[in-house]
Amino acid sequence: MNHLPLITKREYLNKVKNKSFIIMTFVSPLIMVGLGLLIGFLTNINKNKERIIDIVDESGFANEIFADTTSSTKYRILNNIDLAQARVDVEEQEHYGLLYIPKVDSVSQLEKNVKFYSKDTPSITLIAELESKIEKQLTDINYKNKGLDIEKIKEARIRIDINQESYAGEKTSKLSGGLKLGFGMVSGYLLFMFIIIYGNMIMRSIIEEKTSRIIEVIISSVKPMQLMLGKIFGTSLAGITQFVIWVLLLTILSLVLSTVFGVNMSEMQTPQQEMVQEAMKNGDMQEKISLLLNEIYNLPLANLVIMFLLFFIGGFLLYASLYAAIGAAVDNETDTQQFMMPIMVPLILAVYVGGFTVLEDPHGTVAQVFSFIPFTSPVVMLMRIPFGVPMWQQIASVLLLFATFIGTVWFAAKIYRVGILMYGKKPSYKEIYKWLKY
Amino acid sequence: MNNLLVAENIVKKYGDYTALNNVSLTVPKGSIFGLLGPNGAGKTSFIRIINQITMPDSGLVTFDGKPLEQNHVKDIGYLPEERGLYKSMKVGEQALYLAQLKGLSKAEAKERLKYWFDRLEIGDWWNKKVQELSKGMAQKIQFVVTVLHQPKLLIFDEPFSGFDPINANLIKDEILKLREDGATVIFSTHRMESVEELCDHIALIDKSNKILDGKLIDIKKQFKSNTFEVGVGSANENELRSLLDNKFNITPASFKSIHDDMKVKIQIDPSSTPNELLSFLTNHGQVNHFTEVIPSASDIFIQSVQNN
Repeated sequence: MNHLPLITKREYLNKVKNKSFIIMTFVSPLIMVGLGLLIGFLTNINKNKERIIDIVDESGFANEIFADTTSSTKYRILNNIDLAQARVDVEEQEHYGLLYIPKVDSVSQLEKNVKFYSKDTPSITLIAELESKIEKQLTDINYKNKGLDIEKIKEARIRIDINQESYAGEKTSKLSGGLKLGFGMVSGYLLFMFIIIYGNMIMRSIIEEKTSRIIEVIISSVKPMQLMLGKIFGTSLAGITQFVIWVLLLTILSLVLSTVFGVNMSEMQTPQQEMVQEAMKNGDMQEKISLLLNEIYNLPLANLVIMFLLFFIGGFLLYASLYAAIGAAVDNETDTQQFMMPIMVPLILAVYVGGFTVLEDPHGTVAQVFSFIPFTSPVVMLMRIPFGVPMWQQIASVLLLFATFIGTVWFAAKIYRVGILMYGKKPSYKEIYKWLKY
Repeated sequence: MNNLLVAENIVKKYGDYTALNNVSLTVPKGSIFGLLGPNGAGKTSFIRIINQITMPDSGLVTFDGKPLEQNHVKDIGYLPEERGLYKSMKVGEQALYLAQLKGLSKAEAKERLKYWFDRLEIGDWWNKKVQELSKGMAQKIQFVVTVLHQPKLLIFDEPFSGFDPINANLIKDEILKLREDGATVIFSTHRMESVEELCDHIALIDKSNKILDGKLIDIKKQFKSNTFEVGVGSANENELRSLLDNKFNITPASFKSIHDDMKVKIQIDPSSTPNELLSFLTNHGQVNHFTEVIPSASDIFIQSVQNN
């Protein structure tokens, strides 16, 4: 009799109806959005606080450099005051800091002699900002001193943007490279998270069956293999449900927040976002966006989606069967620790290889090898595919993955069959090896 | 076909350890078959083989005339010693699920569950979670789930553990009724008084080997020691005692009696008859009590295991 659908259904409903599961499903997105809002709020507070920076300028350049004080940082040039007195004053008034530009004969002497005094270590971005302001102005002055025409120099500047094209005529650019990397990283990391969260859930539900002693009743009706697969499928479906709800809720929440409260999420920027925007300003915004859309369009989307699904399913099932075997081998969760290593090592290795090696060279030997080893291939291959992997390699890797999955299910079922009826002492690796031969 | 279950030369090994060594058993249809043995003797291994939870390394099990196969699962109801229920699931849902795993349709399962829940007066537990139930309550549900699909063979492993005497009696009566309705029961327990009460056949497994099996009554005949408990009233007890001592093997006995008699256990030679003993006794005094000592299941158990 095939009870797989019945078992899968029970596992699914049992997971989905579980109170803590429901709470996790609906509260997690709220927490995430809440955290986002909090971070945005905090950075805004930080930014809105006015910083006053006093300047003691003996060189006479400061007027030109710090003419504009539009941002939240205000520059005040102190006149007719010596450095020692200024330091005392600034400290008393609790201003952010004091910039000191000494008197020099030539501009180049300033390179090492500008000083900044403050109570605490100043923020790195502020110092960088000051440096770039002074640098720019002084360079211009230097050009002038050396008799160079600034306008002409600007005119003469050349920007290079290399157009990349593969022999097959496929055009790529730095932008699309980033996009591909992003896709790879996101999907690889998603799989990693999914395996850890829901693999553990499968393991726990098997341990629960053992500790509640219902297992023997059940396997007198169904084959252990069916029970194990039912548990894996049911939990996976519950996991997918949770994931989909998370994505939907996050989307809806951010939409609601931005319309109802008039809070524009994009206004709450992190420094990184600012930098990106700064970079975008240089070029034509319109042009950049159309380029981006074009790049997305140019990605082999069908290939990506199909392979994502195949590797995601295969990779998850592979690890899920191992989690099931561990759950069957032990009596309680604390005993699982020693068996987690063989699962975590390849998984973490996959993410690291994916993150570093693929980033460095998507088609290097290391990346290629790891994209075939079934325990790392789901993560590594998913990261490689956007950069163009020959179809035969993709198919071979998928086949290898699913073949290994069948192998691990067989292996897990053996352990499962014996393990679920073993109570009491914690088994060793040696004993588990013996179970395979029962 | 008079036998529901025939196991021939079953061997089961776990690595180097032999759990069952060439065990053959025959369970007649309609019997209550006591499967006895010390802890770790191999009873559970045997039961798991019948339930197809594990496979024997060699040997053949025949169920109702056909080799045991996966489809027979629906003809067998098994209440394991290590039993439990999903703690966070509702009683009704859970019973439905387990019944469906045994091949019942949902509607059928619901109808029969209603019958059994009413019968055992546990109808209002339907929507309770198992974790809210006491151990005895959970045991009742497990019992219902075991018998719900009307299996031909019922296997009970320590069915009375966890029950108070009233509920134990209730379950005992249900088991007897199931037998009346045509079921065959394999009954594994360490409580010898329930073996006496229920079983008509027994088998004793010790150290992976079957050391005894057959009808309980035949086994008792086999184990009887031709010993009689007698109470004799005599004017001269000491003389009688020495007379008996010369002729027979006697040991002191104690039983309840309204007479102030000499109480002894007398073992006679298998070649002589009880009548000879009785006539000898009547010649020497007033015989108020004369009973053959029948070995109890517990005696048989202990004696067999110790001799093994």
